Amino acid sequence: MTMAGALICFPLIMAALATAVPSNRWRPWLLPVTATVHTALTLWVLARPDLAVSGRWLVLDPPGKLVLLVVSTLFLFCSFYCVGYLKYRQERSNRIFAACLLIFLGIMSLVTWAHHLGLMWVAIEATTLSTAPLIYFNRSKRSIEATWKYLLVGSVGIALALLGTFFLAYASVPSGLAPTLTFEELLHNAPLLSKPWLRAAFVLLLVGYGTKMGLAPMHTWKPDAYGEAPGVVGAIFAGGVTSCAFLAFLRIYHICMAAGEGPYLAPLLLLMGLLSMAVAGLFMIGQRDFKRMLAYSSVEHMGILMVGLGIGGPALFGTMLHTVTNGVTKGVLFLSAANIHRAYASKNTEQVRGAMRRLPLSGALFLAGFLAITGSPPFGPFISEFAILNGAFDGGQFWVAGLFLLFLLLVFIGMGQTVLNVLQGRAPLEVHNTPYHDGFLTAAPPLAFMSLVLLLGLYIPHPLRTLLNDAVQFLGSRP
Amino acid sequence: MLEMLNALLVIVLVLNLFALGTSRILSVIHIVATQGALLGVIPLLLHGRLSLPVVLAATAAIILKGMAIPAIMIRSLRAAQIKREVEPMIGLLPSVLLGAFATGFVLLFSKQLPLAGQQIDTLIVPASISTILVGFILLTTRFKALSQVLGYLVLENGIFIFGMLLVQAIPFIVEMGMFLDLFVGIFVISIITNHINQAFSSMDTRWLVSLREE
Repeated sequence: MTMAGALICFPLIMAALATAVPSNRWRPWLLPVTATVHTALTLWVLARPDLAVSGRWLVLDPPGKLVLLVVSTLFLFCSFYCVGYLKYRQERSNRIFAACLLIFLGIMSLVTWAHHLGLMWVAIEATTLSTAPLIYFNRSKRSIEATWKYLLVGSVGIALALLGTFFLAYASVPSGLAPTLTFEELLHNAPLLSKPWLRAAFVLLLVGYGTKMGLAPMHTWKPDAYGEAPGVVGAIFAGGVTSCAFLAFLRIYHICMAAGEGPYLAPLLLLMGLLSMAVAGLFMIGQRDFKRMLAYSSVEHMGILMVGLGIGGPALFGTMLHTVTNGVTKGVLFLSAANIHRAYASKNTEQVRGAMRRLPLSGALFLAGFLAITGSPPFGPFISEFAILNGAFDGGQFWVAGLFLLFLLLVFIGMGQTVLNVLQGRAPLEVHNTPYHDGFLTAAPPLAFMSLVLLLGLYIPHPLRTLLNDAVQFLGSRP
Repeated sequence: MLEMLNALLVIVLVLNLFALGTSRILSVIHIVATQGALLGVIPLLLHGRLSLPVVLAATAAIILKGMAIPAIMIRSLRAAQIKREVEPMIGLLPSVLLGAFATGFVLLFSKQLPLAGQQIDTLIVPASISTILVGFILLTTRFKALSQVLGYLVLENGIFIFGMLLVQAIPFIVEMGMFLDLFVGIFVISIITNHINQAFSSMDTRWLVSLREE
């Protein structure tokens, strides 16, 4: 069996197995088992470039490798957390929860391999469907509402992305070529594609996959979904689903750049990116729900990625690095926030105070995660955000750089207020009686994420640096 | 062949207007099902020579859009014990007029589109775009969860029409993947609509307002 087949099908087979396992206690252990094998296979395929092609439609290129690495690592740590989390939720069957997570892992691998844009669309839509039951895990009125909004907004967004994909295929026809959706052919013929159809396709795909990423103003489902879903699902959304959608968007970006449409794209990307950062910053100010706050942080960081693409050339290295640093930092934040939520049985800062005393480890991780995601040294996001900012200065885009810094400051202030409210002060007496305490399975995964964030800030390992450079180079290439 | 194709597309456009002007949800389900089944037939007309994948894809489309999805929706409708869309955001007649206006505008505007030779005489592109717009009108002006899902299906039908221009670009397996996604999507959505109905004793999405910024 080929590597692509193994990475995609193994989690799907394990998902089928998960539905067959009768024990609610032992079923969650399938998650770390699958994730460990998946990560091992991922590292193997990254080390052996000859394994990275399985036929014409399944090719693992450098950006695909990067996203596969991020999501596989994220899923690995989250899978151990899931075991710890689901121990507290034994009252409820986790059959669908475990199966959907495993299906998601398989489909996500398909997104990273797909070099046929139709197939990629099918995979992205399938990630929407496989993650919807995860938001609905708590079966409350609020989670129904969040799931409904997610499904409706997400499905319409993805439907527009399908229309954009069709427009892209049609862009070949006016110049007498056969319509195609294979990535290589589109890249190869990029300069011949009909401009009006290509631009229309770009806008539709920006809106469609942008909905999935959660760019403003299509982000409305995000605070609801992240707020109501279990924290570990939030981590997988904010680091995994969004990275996959970003990869899908990179494909159309790449084709448009190859077609020489850079000057048309850049203002749109900068506008969407800066708007997302501004909207996120404004909604974070005075935010009392700390899980919704994290959702807005995700909106902000998707905006940063767009700004990075909009600046282009000198900022691309930082943008690719930011997909990695954002993914792992979101792991720290969502998992530590989930622990605080569990200990207080509330996610509102009116009830949640003094988390530093009630949960010293999770509280410290939440604080460190906050400092990291807002771009403080010496953590990973500092390096990537600084690289993007440097790119803006190098490219002479001083207005962009200025607004970028202004919105980062706005986010720092808004987010800092909520985070400090959660951590400082005296915890209400009754929360000392809730059964939750930081245990190995719930505290070690965010700690592991935090070590990665710190490592990425101090030193980018050589293989990762090579992969990032390959990805940047790939984005400028045309077969 | 061309007249036949255009005639079918005109029926599709007329069905759009019927869907906009009907308040009984069951009737709208039937209208959307008829539209879906008609769309399944069109690929058979477009191909001069019928091959196995084409016939299989058409059969799958007819079964899925004409039978399976409507069956799921009728089940949810029965479970919810509702009959009609009581008070759409804009009335039925205005929404028909809006839909007709959008269709007319698209038909005129499509002359300006840079289409390749053989597609200029067919109605495929304007029919696709106006069906998508009608889907949006349904989706945004109706309040019952099921009506919104029907709007989504009309939107999807519109995109499906555009896909007919691209049979070479969409391999059989990818098309099956798209159908599978649509089926699973409607299945998951109908489960959620049933839960909305149980939890809120209504399918009115105006009840879904507890999540917002304070």
